[in-house]
Amino acid sequence: MVPERRRPPEASSKSSCSMMSESPRNRKPDLPFAPFDSTNLWCGDRHGRSFLEFSPPLVTQSSGLFGPDRETKSKKQHEPSPVDDPVMDWNPRLMLSNLSFLEQKIHQVQDIVRSIISHEDQFLDQANELAAQQQLVTADLTYIIIQLISTAGTLLPDIKNALLSTNPAVGRPGSNQKQHEILPVEVAKASQYDSLVKDLNSCGGNEDELIKCSNNSGVDASEPIPIEDHDTKDNDDGMDGENLPPGSYEVLQLEEEEILAPHTHFCLICGKGFKRDANLRMHMRGHGDEYKSPAALAKPSKEASIEPQPLRRYSCPFVGCKRNKEHKKFQPLKTILCVKNHYKRSHCDKSYTCSRCRTKKFSIIADLKTHEKHCGRDKWICSCGTTFSRKDKLFGHVALFQGHAPAIPMDDAKVLVTSDKAQVSEASSGMPGNMGYNFSGNTSLDAQSPDIKGVDDGHGCFSPMTLDACNIWGLAEFPHSAYEVSESTFSFLATGSCSSIQRNGEN
Amino acid sequence: MAKSRDLCRRIDRSDGFATLTLDLFSGSPNPNPCSYSRSAKRVRVSCVSPAAAAAEENRSNPFDSLSEEVLFLILDRLESDPLDKKSFSLVCRSFYAAESRHRRALTPLRSGLLPAALARYPSVSRLDLSLCPSVTDAALASVGGALRSSLRSIDLSRSRGFSYAGIESVAVNCAALVEINLSNATDLSDAAAAAIGRARNLEKLWLARCKMVTDMGIGCIAVGCQKLRLLCLKWCLGISDLGVGLVAVKCKQLRSLDLSFVPITEKCLPAVLQLPHLEDLALVGCLSIDDEGLMSVKQESKSLQVLDMSNCQHVNHAGFSSLLSKTPGLREISLAYYCKVTHSLASSLQKLYNLQSIKLDGCEVTTSGLKTMANSCRSLGELSLSKCSGVTDEGLSFFVTKHKGLVKLDVTCCRNITDLSLASITSSCTSLTNLSMESCILVSREGFRLIGQHCHLLEELDLTDNDLDDEGLRAISGCHNLSVLKIGICLKISDEGLIHVAKGCPNLQELDLYRSVGITDIGVMAIARGCPLLQIINLSYCTEVTDYSLRSLSKCSNLNTLEIRGCQVSSSGLAVVAVGCRKLTKLDIKKCYFVDDAGMLLLARFSQNLRQINLSYCSVTDVGLLALASVSCLQNMTILHSGGLTSNGLAAVLVACGGLTKVKLHSSFKPLIPKPILEHVEARGCLFQWRDKPFQVELEPSEVWKQQSQEMHV
Repeated sequence: MVPERRRPPEASSKSSCSMMSESPRNRKPDLPFAPFDSTNLWCGDRHGRSFLEFSPPLVTQSSGLFGPDRETKSKKQHEPSPVDDPVMDWNPRLMLSNLSFLEQKIHQVQDIVRSIISHEDQFLDQANELAAQQQLVTADLTYIIIQLISTAGTLLPDIKNALLSTNPAVGRPGSNQKQHEILPVEVAKASQYDSLVKDLNSCGGNEDELIKCSNNSGVDASEPIPIEDHDTKDNDDGMDGENLPPGSYEVLQLEEEEILAPHTHFCLICGKGFKRDANLRMHMRGHGDEYKSPAALAKPSKEASIEPQPLRRYSCPFVGCKRNKEHKKFQPLKTILCVKNHYKRSHCDKSYTCSRCRTKKFSIIADLKTHEKHCGRDKWICSCGTTFSRKDKLFGHVALFQGHAPAIPMDDAKVLVTSDKAQVSEASSGMPGNMGYNFSGNTSLDAQSPDIKGVDDGHGCFSPMTLDACNIWGLAEFPHSAYEVSESTFSFLATGSCSSIQRNGEN
Repeated sequence: MAKSRDLCRRIDRSDGFATLTLDLFSGSPNPNPCSYSRSAKRVRVSCVSPAAAAAEENRSNPFDSLSEEVLFLILDRLESDPLDKKSFSLVCRSFYAAESRHRRALTPLRSGLLPAALARYPSVSRLDLSLCPSVTDAALASVGGALRSSLRSIDLSRSRGFSYAGIESVAVNCAALVEINLSNATDLSDAAAAAIGRARNLEKLWLARCKMVTDMGIGCIAVGCQKLRLLCLKWCLGISDLGVGLVAVKCKQLRSLDLSFVPITEKCLPAVLQLPHLEDLALVGCLSIDDEGLMSVKQESKSLQVLDMSNCQHVNHAGFSSLLSKTPGLREISLAYYCKVTHSLASSLQKLYNLQSIKLDGCEVTTSGLKTMANSCRSLGELSLSKCSGVTDEGLSFFVTKHKGLVKLDVTCCRNITDLSLASITSSCTSLTNLSMESCILVSREGFRLIGQHCHLLEELDLTDNDLDDEGLRAISGCHNLSVLKIGICLKISDEGLIHVAKGCPNLQELDLYRSVGITDIGVMAIARGCPLLQIINLSYCTEVTDYSLRSLSKCSNLNTLEIRGCQVSSSGLAVVAVGCRKLTKLDIKKCYFVDDAGMLLLARFSQNLRQINLSYCSVTDVGLLALASVSCLQNMTILHSGGLTSNGLAAVLVACGGLTKVKLHSSFKPLIPKPILEHVEARGCLFQWRDKPFQVELEPSEVWKQQSQEMHV
């Protein structure tokens, strides 16, 4: 920590970025500034460091983030790497070796393509193999392009300067500790290209995510820690069925500022924030043609990690909340998304009011939109006065409470005769599709159907996540265990939903 | 006081007394009032000597000395015949009052009589309004007011004209109400269901065909009537899983649940099977239940005993086996019109140790299936293979040899079985009491003889449309307990066989001789003499039957149904029956061309209990029909092609007959009868059926029939 801090801030940022740029395929996932999303968080924490521990430095933009272990690591990685970083200063020998290496590489690719041609027949029935080969070719080509650009870049100082002036916010990553200690000035220039290279690498190579780094000099220095945002709701209550024994998972706790941050993806060039990675990539196209390549636009897919990921669960920063790790009956939240939605719903002001009924308030705009779809259409009424938009909800309510009965307007029995008919037809028509009422966990699942829909809509934003994350997400959205446990019982409504029903009644 | 207590004791002891003579005037402290004769149930309460009574005129009425306790005990013994009670109440004022207070069940003939009946009978607990086609809200309100504490059961299954308000007044006022039958109230909506929900103590509720009731309504009932033990929701098309599920949650006492033809799926079944006391479940015609659904049901039900899954067309053996494995306590299964009974289905019966009855009507039954069933089940008491295809001698014989305790067997229309089956049935199942084998055309006359020789315990026997002959009948006459014998369309039987039956079966109550054309007056006379308990006889199209038969049948005082279509009877014969058989309620004299107004006049005079009559093709005119209109019980009338009838006469009859519920008339009369009259009659609750059949002139109907049936059999 100490030596890092002593270094000028620029240098430290350089060093961090250089690490990213170097040897993309070998990069270990334990980068300190991995984007703040559910996938990378775990990677970043492989050494058991609690999130709490390193998040404040991030917020305060301290360079202490970059621990000494990283420095050694980057060196270690640098040495065995088959491909050297582009040289920062004009070194004809180095240039020559680079070019010859490129030549070799091109020959290699040629060989692969030839072999593809010669084995075309065999590949016909082995589509997987063909795809693998194609991937290899693409990866190699991308690499060659990167190398060409970086090699050429050292010869064009003018462009470097121009880039620097137009994009003051961009991170200026260095590449090599030794090099920029020896040649600090040169490094500053070369780092522009490094950042390009890094971006290209991270997009086109097998990188897991677009890497964002909040550096000292950037405009976004004041930005809170980026959080990946999925605009769907979590199901805070749905995880109750997950009975992980305490200690079998790690608990992370985010701070309020991190939870409430609007953006989670930031442009490294202009510093603009985005909620979705895909939007960032679209935005990046405006920064130059190099971002328009299919590789740059492709979804970054995560490397299959060699080590099994330990289970991560999240704690709500609100002390006293059941989701807070200090609570006696602590029930962890499953994903960052759950944390965000839980925190907003439970501990934030409900600032969104339904314009139609003017009574219902929400803290999440998606909840409001869901409500507005059904507001005013509550025709299923209980004798206690509570109204429901869905018949199965009413029946769940009636089944739960003693003495409550479905209410039938007695004064207009004549009207009822006709409306009954309508209901009958509606019930029968609705039945095949919506037989979801089985007095059990299904009901709580029903409650989430708008959420699920939302998930479907915003599916694109989940796609960058890899298998692990998807599993987690799936578990969170469909609490299978909860469903099965309560299937045969009638005391199925989770306490949360009951109370919400009651609240509805009071409203 | 001591005397009356003594009387009470004596009445208590005299269990089945038939004639009770109370000597109220002899001073003896210990009279011996009772004389027994079980055959004719009559009570004679008489003043021993009228002269003495006249002499004591100034003293108080001797019957007043009998305490109400004694009278109630006597009345308790008169439940069997309503006419007896009527006679009882006519003895004197105190008897009348006692009968009024004693009566618990009331079945008014029309709702107009309701106010008077309610005033007379204050402690009625069972009110059966099924004879009143039209019951208004006001009438129900008066019921609610009058029978506030006593009413326990009300039957509105055949009534219309009331709304939720009437039901509510009954449900709210009668706190003791335990049973409501609202079947066929097709226009009742959820409001009525909500009204029922206010009857907190309700235990039995029938809502069959209440198509307008939705989940909301049944939800109100479920919440309100938590003591329900029986609930029938047959044909309630507005009810779905939600409603049934709520019923299952709230009404934990349910014993019997009928969900036939309700559009439910398997989603509500776990909740239903979870009911701790459920014994009887009917899922007839639940087309939304399928194999996969049933297999997904994991809930067990230890209490379930009777399961009816007839007509569930989307359930196959996989789903059914899965359900059976969850219900180990089943006693009865009905799978009528189930697709195919094979080995795999039959083997799923193996775990049901208590199984006693299987009904497979209309199924396709394979021989291997029947054999597996025979091996899987312990000891069946009842098996119904009615209209099953694929039943062979091999399968059936194997089955009956495994189940010798079989009591009821139905092999109606099993057209492949022969004498072989019959031989094994009769040799193994000697304890059979019910045997139905209509239209088993391959069984020969020898086979039928075996029945009589071996199955002496038979009580009901259906041999309609078979190759039965007099020898067979003679053998059958050995079944001395026989009470129901159906030998219609048996063309080979004659009077000789019937005489044997008359001698051997004194307990015969129902005899069907439809189109058994070999029968003449001699046979019928023998039956009438030998079977005095006869209640139902069908002699339709026995063209040799004449007035002589009717004269002899008039001795059967219990006769309530007489069908003599196409017989050569006249008014005089009918008159004799009318005088002799006072309990006659159903009479079919279609195509009795010689019956005319004279017969109607006497019928109207003597058969005051007549409810249903068919007068088509008779020579009845307006006069006869108007006379008939005085029969106050008359509900159902069919008059087609009666030559002497005019529209005016018919209109008068329709207005005069206050209790009509169904009238079948020729459509040519429809425009001739004034519309207001039709509307008035319809408003009283009468349904009109207009038929447009051409007049049929049958020269020799019996001959034609004989030929046809012979061709069929060849």
